Amino acid sequence: MTHQPAGGGFGPDLAEVFGPSQQDGGPELVQLLTPEGERVHHPEFDLDFSAEQLRGFYRDMVLTRRIDVEATALQRHGELGIWAQLLGQEAAQIGAGRALRPQDFVFPTYREHGVAWCKGVDPLDLLGLFRGVDQGRWDPAENNFGLYTIVIGAQTLHATGYAMGMQRDGVVGTGDPDRDAAVIAHFGDGASSQGDVNEAFIFAASYNAPVVFFCQNNQWAISEPIERQTRIPLYQRALGFGFPGVRVDGNDVLATYAVTQAALQRARDGQGPTFVEAYTYRMGAHTTTDDPTRYRLSDDLERWKLKDPIARVEVYLRRNGLADDEFVAAVQQEADDLGARLREGCKALPDPSPLSIFDHVYSEMTEELEQQRAGFEAYLESFEGARA
Amino acid sequence: MSTEKITLAKGLNMGLRRAMEDDPKVLLMGEDVGKLGGVFRITDGLQKDFGEERVIDSPLAESGIVGTAVGLALRGYRPVVEIQFDGFVYPAYDQIVCQVAKMTFRSQGKSKMPMVIRIPFGGGIGAVEHHSESPEAQFAHTPGLKVVACSNPVDGYWMIQQAIACDDPVIFLEPKRQYHADKAELDDTATPEPLFTSRVVRRGTDVTVLAYGPTVKTAMKVAEAAAGEGKSIEVIDLRTLSPLDMGPVYESVRRTGRAVITHEAHVNLGMGAEISARITEECFYSLEAPVLRVGAFDTPYPPSRIEEDYLPDLDRVLDAVDRSLEF
Repeated sequence: MTHQPAGGGFGPDLAEVFGPSQQDGGPELVQLLTPEGERVHHPEFDLDFSAEQLRGFYRDMVLTRRIDVEATALQRHGELGIWAQLLGQEAAQIGAGRALRPQDFVFPTYREHGVAWCKGVDPLDLLGLFRGVDQGRWDPAENNFGLYTIVIGAQTLHATGYAMGMQRDGVVGTGDPDRDAAVIAHFGDGASSQGDVNEAFIFAASYNAPVVFFCQNNQWAISEPIERQTRIPLYQRALGFGFPGVRVDGNDVLATYAVTQAALQRARDGQGPTFVEAYTYRMGAHTTTDDPTRYRLSDDLERWKLKDPIARVEVYLRRNGLADDEFVAAVQQEADDLGARLREGCKALPDPSPLSIFDHVYSEMTEELEQQRAGFEAYLESFEGARA
Repeated sequence: MSTEKITLAKGLNMGLRRAMEDDPKVLLMGEDVGKLGGVFRITDGLQKDFGEERVIDSPLAESGIVGTAVGLALRGYRPVVEIQFDGFVYPAYDQIVCQVAKMTFRSQGKSKMPMVIRIPFGGGIGAVEHHSESPEAQFAHTPGLKVVACSNPVDGYWMIQQAIACDDPVIFLEPKRQYHADKAELDDTATPEPLFTSRVVRRGTDVTVLAYGPTVKTAMKVAEAAAGEGKSIEVIDLRTLSPLDMGPVYESVRRTGRAVITHEAHVNLGMGAEISARITEECFYSLEAPVLRVGAFDTPYPPSRIEEDYLPDLDRVLDAVDRSLEF
């Protein structure tokens, strides 16, 4: 048997493509602000950011982190059944969220608390699902922010269909910035293995739908590392589906904003889908029920702590005289106030009535359900001190 | 007023056309529904008249079809998707059961899911595996979905329009064996009965035979044959499987005291099991015999050369009628 060179006749050695270069995101990573807070430039995706915008990013990220920290604590106190933490992914979400226009529509997973914040969803409304008093209480049409989707990847198809609807509504490629709209579909590295996500890519490409596939590659799908999902950098998959893919430093809010904005504009202009891989790290657990010490090394976590998305912006703001102690303290105060409001508000969220089980199964209650409801009501009333 | 004799395929085609004329938000989507007009030609000519934006040939992926239809519905459209054959609905099962069925409930009525999922169902066409199945119970078992089955050309015309006008998701089952079989006279100015109602299609006094979709024709033949033997059979076309419209069924069984249910789906945990349980609960003292079920055996669908042995036919239903009368 003759020795074959790596790759043989089948192109480059994939082990090399996916090898050491992937550490820290590899050479293709778009970055505008280094972990050390140094502003760097990029030939394609550079933008000028105003001081106000930069301070806004900082504030958004601090407040988003506080929502996450408070909700985690509320779960520990038994006030929430579970919470899906976003710690470490603040820049990816705020960068993507702030790149949206009001007419753009978001299809989130169950972890997009920062994007919800940008879209004006009251963070208190996010808690109901995790407390078990509802399954998402905000109106998707009000903020153009869909309900959290728990089945992994299912929402990417909804996003594509919604974008196809926008095409039919004539709000794509008209050149009117107040009219042209796009959809952003959020998902994670684990979801990239789902059939629905791959079908969404195919449908979006086939119809040239105005959708941005925004993947937060946080390196972990519960306990499974990215290597279990893919042997090629995720953003490179896009090419196989027929649209561009780009990998951005998901811990760099500037770069995430710039890349997402460009991708959204491409979609609004009628140039079709884009895949954005926001390269980041899940600093916390998958959810509050998870224990990452069982499957990953603390070394990794320590390495990523040095790339904290908030710290680098604070360094940049202070170093350039764009923010001072007073500003930072004011944001902290705002975060404290928000935290207090979430703590109080969460505990005050009422349990739904048992009879509400029957509401909204259909647009109008069927006779069958009316009968079941009446029977259950009579049963409940047969007890002393009935709840119903 | 115009009356013409049409097949079920034509009735569905005309109903889809009229729904698209009435509401510009109605879209059709599926595999081969455009130029080809669908493998059964149900959407024949519609893309030519309504354009590619409204009659959409989709990539070959059922979950993708239903999942994107969810997004279209959220954007305010009324998508009507065609699943090419019953056995191919399963790749879309997750989207149907976890998303389509639950969106209204999840959003507490803020997001509606006015979607119709058309599925040619049932056997008897000599097809290969996966082309002859009857998955209705799996959808009727899912809260949030409505499930109906048409049995004749006139119902096909009206029911598809009513399903499209419904704000809830409707699984719309079409007996494929009947598509091009019999013709009936359509008066398109008539007022149809409400969608979610069952209907007595033949009056009788001795045994009530319940059927839907392809077995309605069988049940009518049974009634005809039994009449020759002096037995009077009442036949009810259930039409809606979720919600069930049991009022006419109870009324009938209280008179006849006997009920036989026939469907092409497997008997075990099929629609017949639920209907039988309800009849027993509501008509216990009227029953002269146990409620009997005649359906497919609890096996996978067999090779087509023996499918007529597998499917409930005239003789097997007649046999059940006799057993009920002799009990």
